[in-house]
Amino acid sequence: MIEIKGLSKSFGKKPVVEDVSLTIQPKAITSFIGPNGAGKSTLLSMVSRLLDADTGEVFLDQSDVKKMKSNDFAKRVAILRQSNHLNVRLTVRELVSFGRYPYSKGRLTPEDEQHIDRAIEYMTLGDMEHKFLDELSGGQKQRAFISMVIAQDTEYILLDEPLNNLDMKHSVQIMKILRKLVDELGKTVVIVLHDINFASVYSDRIVALKDGRLVKDGPTNEIINSEALREVYDMHIPVQEQDGCRICVYFNSHS
Amino acid sequence: MRKNSTKLIFLAVIALVCIALFAFYNIQGGFSYAFPKRLERIAAMVITGTAIAYATVTFQTVTHNRLLTPSMMGVDSMYEVVQTIIFFFAGSASIFVVSRYLNFGLSIVAMVIFALILYRFLFRADKHPIFLLLLAGMIIGTLLGSLVTFLQVIIDPVEYESLQTRLFASFMNVKTELLLIAVIILGAAFIYGYRLLRDLDVMSLGRENAINLGVNYDRIVLKVLILSSVLIATSTALVGPITFLGLIVSNLAYQFFATYKHSVLIVGASLISIIALVGGQFLVLHVFQLSTTISVIINFVGGLYFIYLILKESRKAG
Repeated sequence: MIEIKGLSKSFGKKPVVEDVSLTIQPKAITSFIGPNGAGKSTLLSMVSRLLDADTGEVFLDQSDVKKMKSNDFAKRVAILRQSNHLNVRLTVRELVSFGRYPYSKGRLTPEDEQHIDRAIEYMTLGDMEHKFLDELSGGQKQRAFISMVIAQDTEYILLDEPLNNLDMKHSVQIMKILRKLVDELGKTVVIVLHDINFASVYSDRIVALKDGRLVKDGPTNEIINSEALREVYDMHIPVQEQDGCRICVYFNSHS
Repeated sequence: MRKNSTKLIFLAVIALVCIALFAFYNIQGGFSYAFPKRLERIAAMVITGTAIAYATVTFQTVTHNRLLTPSMMGVDSMYEVVQTIIFFFAGSASIFVVSRYLNFGLSIVAMVIFALILYRFLFRADKHPIFLLLLAGMIIGTLLGSLVTFLQVIIDPVEYESLQTRLFASFMNVKTELLLIAVIILGAAFIYGYRLLRDLDVMSLGRENAINLGVNYDRIVLKVLILSSVLIATSTALVGPITFLGLIVSNLAYQFFATYKHSVLIVGASLISIIALVGGQFLVLHVFQLSTTISVIINFVGGLYFIYLILKESRKAG
């Protein structure tokens, strides 16, 4: 269980995240949603120790994350940011192998190789594992990075806008894989999403942020309704049901 | 991987051939006089070549750029500044000049401090575009150069004379008495740096991916910046500044080996560096008949190569 207690962060004088406390439920997909500049990515960066918080603490199963060794943390929590530009030329398999670094420090054991094979298979990258990343499309590249995080074999997987720049087909593919990770392997996934319909259809819980503050935190069906969404986005968002999924039809709405 | 080890052996053979040529070709006068002299020069070139290669490759990994080197940021001009200031304020008879070790130590400390302050401003803040960094490096280099010139103009002419002999170190005029300490520093840096190599492999994935994989990013950046400054300081004190060597050998190594593995990149860059220095010096001695110096050749070739890299980079960006 990840507990976030009173996290705040300012860049210069501008507060970006203010006093956010929440608990991430295990074995579920939690989506962070909210308008631009709400502090979603900053919050995720602080939880995953990419960014130091000004105040507040993060606990992983009761232990303070700041006091944990970076390498031990890396065996339990994985984070993937949007920056997929690499200075080096790597094949898909080489990239995925890096996921085993917290365990074997670059000297791969047969067990590591198994994890790598499995992660590649999971993201259906088998036929391109020896291709170089710069030969791949945006969606394939994104899958390769997610595959690295899967090879890292952590209980928690944190993803910052993994659907950015992906077309519908690949977005759906990735969300389905995340669902499988939770349902089949018992992982906990935390994901920053821009498209509330992906959040609505695939996540178990939703955390809504606005102006750096937590405005909503609860099961998906409690958040995806016009009333709650107005509080988050300041606009009227009609919600319709379609095949058991709640879809927000905000494209032509008046605020 | 197999292919890369073949390439390494290939480079090692060329390096050995260069060394053998340099050591034995057309040896004149008393063998017992000339041979040890040549060995000293070879030792200096091997040490400098390796130190610059190692410093540049590691520096470029932690700063995520392949166009900048510590020398180009003005770290080795700092050597001239320190020497000039010592001669200006303390004089050539002072303990800071007479004791070579004290002088050496002082230079290294000053260069490392300078480098760390510089990097703090340039690399800690939000990512600056590479051209801004290059510009900053040029301006800092010019500033230090002007400072040196200013002090040298107003210094006592006798002091100036002895300062010049100190500053114009070269491969023909190796500071032999510093060879031993340079070997020790290089050895220590390699033993210390060995454990960092695999972390550096991960760091080529970028800061966020490296932290995700459990690498203590900021601490390793600091370690590498100190290490590379010490190595550049050592090589500068030994043979003087060779600005573009690091840039050439690191980029040739990236192209030639096409790997992220620092163990391969560093050994490869060191071998290329040794070939460039020993082979180049051989040409200077026996082909150009000393009508030019190796630094001039390297800076000329390196400058051209640098322009090529910049053009390539801007085409990629545009």
